[in-house]
Amino acid sequence: MAKMSYREALTETLHQEMANDENVIVMGEDVVGGTGSPGGPEAIGGVFGVTGGLYGKFGAGRVIDMPISEAGIAGTAAGAALAGKRPVAEIMFADFIGLCMDQLMNQAAKFRYMFGGKATCPMVLRTSYGAGMQAASQHSQSPHPMVTAIPGLKVAMPSTAADAKGLLTTAIRDDDPTIFFEHKALYGLQGEVPEGDYLVPFGKARVVSEGTDCTLVATGRMVSFCEDAANSLAADGISCDILDPRTTSPLDEDAILDSVEKTGRLIVVDETPPRCSFAADVAALAASEVFSSLKAPIKTVTGPHSPVPFAKELETAFLPSPLKIKTVIEQTVKYS
Amino acid sequence: MQLAREELEQAYRQMKTIRDFEDHLHREIAKGTIGGFTHLYGGQEAIAVGVCENLRDTDYITSTHRGHGHCIAKGCDVKGMMKELYGRADGLCKGKGGSMHVADMDVGMLGANGIVGGGPPLATGAALAAKLDAQGGVALSFGGDGSCNQGPVFESMNIAAILNLPSIYVYENNRYSEHTGSSYVIASESIASRVEGFGIHTVKANGFDFFEVHEVMKELIALAREGKGPCAVEFETTRFYGHFEGDPQNYRGPDEVKNDRENNDCIKIFRSKVTEAGLLSDEDLDKIDNEVGELIEQSAEEAAAAPVPSPEEVTTDVYVSY
Repeated sequence: MAKMSYREALTETLHQEMANDENVIVMGEDVVGGTGSPGGPEAIGGVFGVTGGLYGKFGAGRVIDMPISEAGIAGTAAGAALAGKRPVAEIMFADFIGLCMDQLMNQAAKFRYMFGGKATCPMVLRTSYGAGMQAASQHSQSPHPMVTAIPGLKVAMPSTAADAKGLLTTAIRDDDPTIFFEHKALYGLQGEVPEGDYLVPFGKARVVSEGTDCTLVATGRMVSFCEDAANSLAADGISCDILDPRTTSPLDEDAILDSVEKTGRLIVVDETPPRCSFAADVAALAASEVFSSLKAPIKTVTGPHSPVPFAKELETAFLPSPLKIKTVIEQTVKYS
Repeated sequence: MQLAREELEQAYRQMKTIRDFEDHLHREIAKGTIGGFTHLYGGQEAIAVGVCENLRDTDYITSTHRGHGHCIAKGCDVKGMMKELYGRADGLCKGKGGSMHVADMDVGMLGANGIVGGGPPLATGAALAAKLDAQGGVALSFGGDGSCNQGPVFESMNIAAILNLPSIYVYENNRYSEHTGSSYVIASESIASRVEGFGIHTVKANGFDFFEVHEVMKELIALAREGKGPCAVEFETTRFYGHFEGDPQNYRGPDEVKNDRENNDCIKIFRSKVTEAGLLSDEDLDKIDNEVGELIEQSAEEAAAAPVPSPEEVTTDVYVSY
């Protein structure tokens, strides 16, 4: 194990996978940074610094600065993947998936099925997501429910440095297209990360903590919010199972259902608006499969049905918080 | 220089207001007073002002993530903008938009835009509306060199051409597509040469010189008003600050910004031109400097003291009715 940040874990993984397999290529806006400028290449290494050092080690042929052309980047990655490469494309902010949606929903997601199982599209689309930095409506969204809803795409969202490495390694080696969501508030998060080859399987939830009174399901930054909320209730004798599904597609349904059967209560926390969301999806799953185990109504803690606002006070009102989660846990546990 | 004294004073005042507004933000952001992602327009003032001094309140513009200059030049209230940047309840967009989403429908400012290349399709639509309204109105999009590589930008220019819309595409080439050199990401010889491929009348001009910008735009906007169809211009320019505030700018040349500030500062160039020609005196200009300085100082004080939005506001304005 080595202590490193979420960002460093991602960078290390890209270095390892590029060294392991020459078909792995990296492309995106400013992933090298400075190409064609007086300061020269390698000035940036991605706006969040994730792709730093790759250009120097693997060269311009495999580490490719792209114009601001998100649709083109996603499509180029999909096409290169169809033709045998393993592209890791970066879309700077997940909001910009809006620009490349056709390439994802109509192209990459569909190839294998439409072509009768005769094509593979092993691309990874890495992107930063999430609110909390006052980046306002077009740089703060969490569009994972939108892509989770598309059959053919896999969706990973690490919440720790170790999972950042384990899930990215799996995503790169996986033969299906994966949308890989990196929470922009987690890049600096430190954690112990296994050295060498490290894979976290898709569709296998992480048990963050074990408890008996309530099941909390959350992804990304919301996992630590759930931990804070649960910890604040420990003194009151309330304990929670906290599950991080790690991939929303495939989803570890068994882990969620087993836990709800044990605790009889479920709260799903996500930082998206509530309608047609990941939270609603998990709630519906439990309601339909383990209804008789439930001791209280299933609750979700999400953003409201609004865009992400700019002002700090409004953004705080938009986001779930440990306090909001704590209140809902108390209500759920006390329900009779 | 065919401009009247009042027009020269107005142009200078607008450029200086943008400069001081941005310099103030630069200082405040460094202190942590203002949150979010902010992209400053300092250095490019001659373009926003040279363009917008040819527009009417009823004309439309769309802007970019680097939008403060366009907003001020189109007539957005400076105090309202400052409050917006501070995230205040009575900011121009009630604190909901912030730097990248300043807008004011009353002056035809259809929004800064957090999506590179987001504006030109919208300006094309506004130009369609202006054509249907048949009042001689035009719509104009500002975009950086980076935006010219977005598919929707190309699609909208083609649409404007086939529909003969009064749509004007302004490209401000400040040499960098975020942190990457424009010459690397733009395959053609220039942005202008690409746009010409649509049969759109296109000009390349010096964006450091207010007078050149103003003259070029006067002619292009008149053509669009007369129903001659879309047109475009590529201005050479520079930004004095980074792509965003906090950008280390290590992709730039060692003395690049210093050199630009010395030799390509559009405000210095304006001053020397008008004083040498005897159109305005240093005293006239210094007086404007002082007035602008006071305006920015007052705006900042009022913004700092203004109330923040109440949490319930997070779910208002999502729809007109729901």
